Amino acid sequence: MKTPLRKYHAPVWDEPIIMEMGVAGRRGCHFPLAGDAVTAAVGSAADLIPDAMRRRAPPELPEMSEPDVLRHYLHLSQETLGMMGISLFGTCTMKYNPRLTEDLVARPQVAELHPNQDPATLQGVLEIIYNFDLLLRELSGMDQFVFQPAGGAAAAYTQACITRAYHSARGELEQRNQIITSIQSHPCNPATSAAAGFQVVTLMLEENGYPSLNALKAAVSNRTAALMINNPDDMGIYNPQIKEWVDVVHDAGGLCFYDHANFNGVMSKIRARELGFDACMFMLHKTFGVSKGGGGPAVGAYGCTAELAEYLPGPLVTKNGDQFLLNDDSPTSIGRVREYWGNVQQIIKAYAWTRAMGAEGIAEASDISVLMNNYMEKELLKIRGVTRSHPDIDGWRMEMTRFGLGQLYEDTGVTAVDVQNRMVDFGVDAFWLSHEPWVVPQPFTPEAGEMWSKEDVDYWIAVLQQISDEAYSNPEIVKTAPHKQSIHKLGPDSLDEPDRWAMTWRAHKRKKATKAQK
Amino acid sequence: MFAILQFCANIALYPTDLASFYAAINRNQEMPLSTPRPHPYMPNSVPAIRQEMLDVLGVSTVDELFEQIPEDHRLKEALKLPPAVSSESELRRHMLEMLSKNTSCEEVLNFLGGACWQHHVPAICDEVVRRSEFMTSVWGTASSDLGRNQSWFEFTSQLGELVNMELVALPVYSWGCAAGHAIRMAARLTSRNKVLVPRYLDPERRAVIKNYCAPPEMASTIEMVDLDIDSSSGLIDLADLEAKLSSDFAAIYFENPSYLGQIEVQAAEIAALARKNGAETIVGVDPISLGILAPPGDYGADIVVGSIQPLGIHMYCGGGLGGFIASRDEARYAYEYPALMISIAETTHGEYGFGLALMHQSSYGSREDGKDWTGNSTYLWAIANAVYMALLGPEGFRELGELIIQRAHYCASLLQQIDGVSVSPTSGFFKEFVVNFDDTGKSVAEINRLLLNRGIFGGLDLSAWFPDLGQSALYCVTELHNESDLHCLANTLTEICKK
Repeated sequence: MKTPLRKYHAPVWDEPIIMEMGVAGRRGCHFPLAGDAVTAAVGSAADLIPDAMRRRAPPELPEMSEPDVLRHYLHLSQETLGMMGISLFGTCTMKYNPRLTEDLVARPQVAELHPNQDPATLQGVLEIIYNFDLLLRELSGMDQFVFQPAGGAAAAYTQACITRAYHSARGELEQRNQIITSIQSHPCNPATSAAAGFQVVTLMLEENGYPSLNALKAAVSNRTAALMINNPDDMGIYNPQIKEWVDVVHDAGGLCFYDHANFNGVMSKIRARELGFDACMFMLHKTFGVSKGGGGPAVGAYGCTAELAEYLPGPLVTKNGDQFLLNDDSPTSIGRVREYWGNVQQIIKAYAWTRAMGAEGIAEASDISVLMNNYMEKELLKIRGVTRSHPDIDGWRMEMTRFGLGQLYEDTGVTAVDVQNRMVDFGVDAFWLSHEPWVVPQPFTPEAGEMWSKEDVDYWIAVLQQISDEAYSNPEIVKTAPHKQSIHKLGPDSLDEPDRWAMTWRAHKRKKATKAQK
Repeated sequence: MFAILQFCANIALYPTDLASFYAAINRNQEMPLSTPRPHPYMPNSVPAIRQEMLDVLGVSTVDELFEQIPEDHRLKEALKLPPAVSSESELRRHMLEMLSKNTSCEEVLNFLGGACWQHHVPAICDEVVRRSEFMTSVWGTASSDLGRNQSWFEFTSQLGELVNMELVALPVYSWGCAAGHAIRMAARLTSRNKVLVPRYLDPERRAVIKNYCAPPEMASTIEMVDLDIDSSSGLIDLADLEAKLSSDFAAIYFENPSYLGQIEVQAAEIAALARKNGAETIVGVDPISLGILAPPGDYGADIVVGSIQPLGIHMYCGGGLGGFIASRDEARYAYEYPALMISIAETTHGEYGFGLALMHQSSYGSREDGKDWTGNSTYLWAIANAVYMALLGPEGFRELGELIIQRAHYCASLLQQIDGVSVSPTSGFFKEFVVNFDDTGKSVAEINRLLLNRGIFGGLDLSAWFPDLGQSALYCVTELHNESDLHCLANTLTEICKK
């Protein structure tokens, strides 16, 4: 049965930039005025501002009324597709974000808490963090979690800092200055390693779709500080030798960090600890149902073995009798990777999601995500111009498959980016291409996960089929897409040129004026 | 009603300690298995749909699809998690039972600040960031993300006006992270590896910056050198700065207002000294002060960092933090940014559009060769900030700044009158100031305990972090404290401090 395509069109508001809006004198909010008693006692504000530091010219902000500000941003929200349509953005594990938890964290008992309050007044939030730590321990086999890292990359950075502290405590940090990763591991692993001062050794893929054990053996030495790796990678290929990898790195004296960015397909199936890893990371804004917010606030929950726990950034939540406490006593702690305890409201949402799912729900989500992906793969490979990475490797993939549109591009000149731009004409948001470097020409990486219905996924497939048909019959319609969006595609100007980029309105105005003069 | 809830919590189905978790599971296992219900979050948990897909794949069980995972990698037993709470009503009740054990700053009088502040959050900020489109977005195309990208650009544009800088990046995790990145930018710009920082710095922020500076064993280490603070004025000791500054320093980092609340009136002289020595000037600011205080761009800052939390984001127990990085729009600075940067652009049809600039230098573009790293950050909050700045406008920021500085000084003047209590310095601050209790014979911890019993969260205890300040606390006064609140604090402290 052919899936009918929707008659979609994005809202078009032609909304001005807010810097162009408003009328002199209009107000969007008032604050109370200091009373006479206050002014009589301490003087006017002008008396209190040191002359050298007085603001001379007011900031050139828009002057707008309250309803006008609201309507402007409501219009902009409507010009954002988000998850109103279908987004199978691979590696990011699109999930339902329960609105219950959004309501819960909006309550003053979460929103209006200060992290330096007496812990006696924070028992509820400490209890949730403490119990969520226990849940993640069960999912990973680790001994202690910390939620301070404010994203997956921040958790990788935490690992890099802990790696420094661990080897420093052994007097080996100067010698152990290399971190090993693979080319298909997320860029945050090599990037945070380098930022923490390590040299990065990157292993390339071999014919099985992952680097060989021999390549790893050749890479380790007494300079090895750690291994930081994803498994499965974004191509949906699971490295079956990962236990041997961990052994090789441990034998060389290095630590092993499991970047669980791709946890959805393996949750409840494997545990990082039993594979030998010293530490792992879960992204609460991906696997655990927390809203993404366009890129955070996020949480990279970092868990490790008891051996590494002394290095964790503090404070940790502990329990004494019925009381939950904050413990910041470890003299060997790396201190902080971010102020306070992390994005607390997101931890609370993830706890609620995990409780709503339970062990059976989590196992089922993992089953469905792998089932959906393989179903999708089977259907997508029927579409002309679509191939998958490592076509020679038989068998089922995990929760994601890396596909390529290289054939489509060779045949029609239509690129993966063109296809993204055309998909949004049908209410389907862009797919993920691939992290750098591309190992597949014109890559794309959808991830169905467990939240999208089979009807949604069939629709997604039908849209790609439609675009493939168009590419082979009328490629211009794809290359000039989108046609049913709030705006057309960006022009050819490079935003990497100093006289062209403008990261603020005032820079834009200046550069435009300079250009006009020329 | 409340008592009944408390009582029922003891026999609730969903207790929250692990032992009870397991007890509940065991009980569950004794119950006969009924037909599982499709989970509300998972449309494909209907057995017929799963079967339909299995049939397409020609396999009989989902298990077969996991063939890549070797048998000896598999978890042997079912996960020991407490039973699912799949009904929203039960889950809500379970969560509220725990959350009701918190006391929020709205229920008391709160004077805690430091690096997370209780300001008014306009209702529209919450309304906009809770729009499903913004809340759920990830990455689309320049067209399908238009509204979000434009909101981000309106964040950078308005913040640029507040700090008087033309280049503002998308936000990073926190002020401390922004300062850490800025110091590393300066180290790369100057090929130097030392930075001067004020001796009184938020200990949380200092710990974050320390991690960014790397330990001495690493080739990339940056040494943090403390700058003395003049004890009577609370300002940077210029003589100490001149003595310490040398051509080894990549940057001087200072804050305005300082961590202890003082407005740094020597900012221009400090920046000039830095420039003379070839060092970058990095200034950390509380942007809510910039309706009345000079923007760092006016007194010689090269890079400006700070917190976005005061601009329309709730505290969330520290979960509301975010940081920003801004500078002049010069290529040498732009080329060192680790954060993502959104630029205005033009579409093929001449419409406004937005795209990421200099993406290749990020860790997404260049892995370990990129500038530090980036990733999911605090981008939703940039939208709350954009709404906040547009609501306030120039007059709102001025009015708010004037109110805060007046009320903070009023509060200080009331506390100064209490026997044994002193405020130092007595003026020259914005919203925070140091209150010393040495002459009361009581510790800050003791005073804060007594205040708590009377419904007041006293100021942040500084005594453990800065022993040289004695029994001192950092008090924060914002637009939320009215005159009677301040009198209530003063009266309560008067009572508590009586010997």
